[in-house]
Amino acid sequence: MTEDILEHLNSRARYLGPDDEQALSVTRLNHWRLSRDEHDIAWLVFDQQGTSANVLSSEVLGELEELVRNIREQAPRAVVLRSAKKTSFCMGADISEFRDVTTESEVLSKLAEAHDIVDSFEALSCPRIAVIHGQCLGGGLELALSCSYRLAIPGARFGFPEIQLGLHPGLGGTVRLPRLINPVEAMKLMLTGKPVVHQKAKKLGLVDDVVEERHVLAAIEAAIAGDLNKHHHGLKDQVMMSGPARQLEARQMRAESAKKAPPEHYPAPGALIDLWENHGGDTSTMAEAEMESFARLLQTETAQNLMRVFFLREKLKGLSDADAQDICHVHVVGAGEMGGDIAGWSALKGHTVTLFDQDPDKISGAIKKLSELCERKHYSSAETREALDRLVPDFANDGAYKSDLIIEAVPEDVDIKRKVYEEVESRMKPGAILATNTSSIPLNELARSVKVPERLVGLHFFNPVAVMPLVEVVTHEKLAEENYARARGFTGQIERLPVPVSDAPGFLVNRALTPYLMEAILMLDEGVPAESIDRVAEDFGMPMGPVELADQVGLDICVGVADMLRERLDSTLPESPDWLTELVDRGDLGKKTGRGLYTWKKGEPRKSQKADDAPENTLDRLILPMLNACVACLNQNVVESENVADAAMIFGTGFAPFRGGPFRYIHHRGAEKIHSQLRDLEDHYGKRFEPDKGWQKLIRA
Amino acid sequence: MVDPQSASHERAAPESSRPRPVYLVDGARTPFLKARGEPGPFSPVDLAVQCGRPLVMRHPVPPEAYDQVILGCVNVVPSEMNPARIAALRMGMGDAMPAFTVQINCGSGMQSVDTAFRYIRDGRGELILAGGTEALSRAPMMLPDAAVQWLSGLNKASSVQDYAQQISRLNPKDFKPEISLAQGLTDPIVGMSMGQTAELLAHQFSISRRRADEYAASSHQRLARAAEQGWLSDEIVPAVSPDGRLFSKDDGVRPDTSPESLAKLKPAFEPPYGQVTPGNSSQVTDGASWLILASEEAVERYGLEPQAVIVDSEWSALNPSIMGLGPVLSSTALLSRHQIDLHDVDLWEINEAFAAQVLACVAAWDDAAFCRIALGREQPVGQLDMRKLNIDGGAVALGHPVGASGNRIVLHLMKALSREGLRKGVATECIGGGQSGAMLIETI
Repeated sequence: MTEDILEHLNSRARYLGPDDEQALSVTRLNHWRLSRDEHDIAWLVFDQQGTSANVLSSEVLGELEELVRNIREQAPRAVVLRSAKKTSFCMGADISEFRDVTTESEVLSKLAEAHDIVDSFEALSCPRIAVIHGQCLGGGLELALSCSYRLAIPGARFGFPEIQLGLHPGLGGTVRLPRLINPVEAMKLMLTGKPVVHQKAKKLGLVDDVVEERHVLAAIEAAIAGDLNKHHHGLKDQVMMSGPARQLEARQMRAESAKKAPPEHYPAPGALIDLWENHGGDTSTMAEAEMESFARLLQTETAQNLMRVFFLREKLKGLSDADAQDICHVHVVGAGEMGGDIAGWSALKGHTVTLFDQDPDKISGAIKKLSELCERKHYSSAETREALDRLVPDFANDGAYKSDLIIEAVPEDVDIKRKVYEEVESRMKPGAILATNTSSIPLNELARSVKVPERLVGLHFFNPVAVMPLVEVVTHEKLAEENYARARGFTGQIERLPVPVSDAPGFLVNRALTPYLMEAILMLDEGVPAESIDRVAEDFGMPMGPVELADQVGLDICVGVADMLRERLDSTLPESPDWLTELVDRGDLGKKTGRGLYTWKKGEPRKSQKADDAPENTLDRLILPMLNACVACLNQNVVESENVADAAMIFGTGFAPFRGGPFRYIHHRGAEKIHSQLRDLEDHYGKRFEPDKGWQKLIRA
Repeated sequence: MVDPQSASHERAAPESSRPRPVYLVDGARTPFLKARGEPGPFSPVDLAVQCGRPLVMRHPVPPEAYDQVILGCVNVVPSEMNPARIAALRMGMGDAMPAFTVQINCGSGMQSVDTAFRYIRDGRGELILAGGTEALSRAPMMLPDAAVQWLSGLNKASSVQDYAQQISRLNPKDFKPEISLAQGLTDPIVGMSMGQTAELLAHQFSISRRRADEYAASSHQRLARAAEQGWLSDEIVPAVSPDGRLFSKDDGVRPDTSPESLAKLKPAFEPPYGQVTPGNSSQVTDGASWLILASEEAVERYGLEPQAVIVDSEWSALNPSIMGLGPVLSSTALLSRHQIDLHDVDLWEINEAFAAQVLACVAAWDDAAFCRIALGREQPVGQLDMRKLNIDGGAVALGHPVGASGNRIVLHLMKALSREGLRKGVATECIGGGQSGAMLIETI
């Protein structure tokens, strides 16, 4: 087949300045190319060596300094700042440079150097025009803010994600952004870390215009001629910059961000608000204060852990980077909650998906859910239609013939699954993969029910699929390595993070989570109020407490997983109290039925504010069994490393990210200490707290 | 892989003068959904996509491997110009898929099949997806010309005075919307609505109200039986709307319909004396249908299992006021060319635009004077065995999405012949404007 014509034409390079022969002058450094064209425009093009995306490093900034000097010698009519990379302008600063910096003063001197370079660029006498495509984040956006004009190519995204790393912008962004756009909007952008797309950026005044690539040169000329409608501050914006107004706004911002990120665990939002409140009126002191505040935050445990989480995410992403053929067509069997959502999510992410279920109403229900998901994601009607067109209701299991990957998501019953496999295996095309979303049946057992066990793999998604970024990719004795790699690759294709796990009961996430949930149930049984238990976990930094989580997951599922673990691990997991089984029998399963351990209204549990504090050892009773299970999993090679386990628990359960994951937390608190605390709990409460053998390795290390 | 080019070169010269066989591989349609006085859940292209995706999906042919897509559609909605191409793209058949829409009114869905048939027979294609679609419930409302002129005047107003003057010229009566469907169902040449042409035929061939009602009631009963027996399950693919509503059955059928209940209805087109009522006319309905046509080479290359072969087709025309008799002309021409009689054909599908119109066709074949003048036959063509006609009901019970019906009757004929273990069948329809199409197929 011929190459895709449109793709070929679209790949024709964006204009990055004149060719060497046509240029009046050219300077080429490792990461930059500076050329001057016949209209006396200097093209400053960022093209970091050996990477697919630009990031600001000290080397990159050093070269920029040299080029700024070069430009200053003979000022052009204008400087155009662009990126040569395919999909982005600049992803931000290279945070790995900050991880090893040990002292605050070292950070400060590095920052001051960087500030000087950007300031000198800003001080050039000619207009500086940033032409931005794709991602423009963090330090990249700060560099763009030092330009006189910003032009966005449709699809450009702008954001300050620093807050997610426990930091705030540190290259003058906190100074420049609130001066450019409405200060409250500016603070919102920096406090939430959420990126905005080109239209929104234009509305905010973050960019001066949005132009197609084909109009870039004309727009540059318009900017030079002063014909571009530049964004100006309204009266309201100016009032906002005054001291009393800042004070008022700051108070509100503090309250708002405390709800999302408690200041005792996340110091960055507070630091950013302080910065603006105290220095928002004075550019020079604010720049100094920004550097100091940034350097201080960088030293915090929270920032170090959150940066680690960032690298862990990259590591998991790397695990999906399999050198395997892409999956194009996915066939999902079983349109229940999980199957339907897996199908919808895969279609949303560009796959052709067929969805089969014996009950046609379940299939149509899944289609409705995809419509709703598109609406929540603010998809245009055309985008929604495309996603829906890709999700093909299949009433005859015909999709099994053509698909590259079949995902079975039927009830957890070996006989039902066996029947499904029998039917699809007779239809599967050569090379296709068969995946199961089972959470509780051993893959090795299922492998005996299929004709070709080499192509059976576990893809364990979490509920809700559209929110939970993790997928456990489960191996077993007979799985062929190429199929395993292809399954991991698929998770990357649908923008989920794979965690390779072995075929152990509950894999990693459920095995670690269940003791935590069951302990909470026991405490309820002892009479501790649900609200009190949950508050302890939330204060620790969990996104929600165990009682609420059990309701969210579904009590039937919790009890089922606990029973399975008890049976298969011969574990000392406590028995479910009678009242819990009664709840399940009665159909009070939690959020999905509106009643469980809590009563639910409009998707929210109704909690009493007045509950007493839980007993002092509550946190340890909840968290230590979870850590114990993680240690056991590592010891039994369920998961390959502490890092991967930490990532899985953060992305799979929301384990307090600022603590860096369970193992990071163990090391921080001390393995030996936790071990003896487990022993104490064992003495007091029984075998379920018995420390795993794996602790010895951690203690020795 | 076989190169179609070189393969066709290899064919011996005498062979190439013989027409290449053209196979009907498979087909699928949506449930036919009665228009209920508001826009239905699907646009014309939505309908085509709903049944086209699973049809293409269930065969071992890559979607991009088709040569082209041809789709019949009469009431194209403004957001879907050339529905064939939009449907092809939405079904994932690739940027490089040529696709065009055909329109010959009620024959559109068969015209697409016939065009595909001729392309493949003549060696200009190997695999073509041919269909028909119609969302009558979404037929656009139109503003009368006077209103459009007024709006345009308002647009041109350059001063406040102009503007005020134009506003003062507003006549609310001009804004009464016209339903394009009502206009579409009226013949502009003879000034008769389609229902009136049926009244005329009923009169000319002495079809009584009672007989028309009896026929209409039996259409409902036959369709209800077919649905109940599961005979329609391999031609219908359930459709799902974006809001998650599942449509799995034809919803116009009323199994409890009787000649007595129909007798109570009032004439719709020529009150008070007329006899054509909503009960003995086809229903206003949304639906789509597709067929896959393939050459012998394509069948072999992809290991397809064709269900029938298209033997021949014919189109005829006559005065618009008696358009309902069209099937007699086109299908008799087919019979003559192949030297067969009415009774040599195992099953007949005559689209039920109106019960009286179908009965008039049957009467015409047995009418010596008509056959002599209209068909040039010395003897009447004969009596059609009613047990062979529309054995699973027709548009009176199922509805008549005009662009889709011609396709559906070929699809259903193919399935019904296979089910009954029969061989020859003719599908034919009358076409508003005074035309008709007929297609002769044989099962394999």
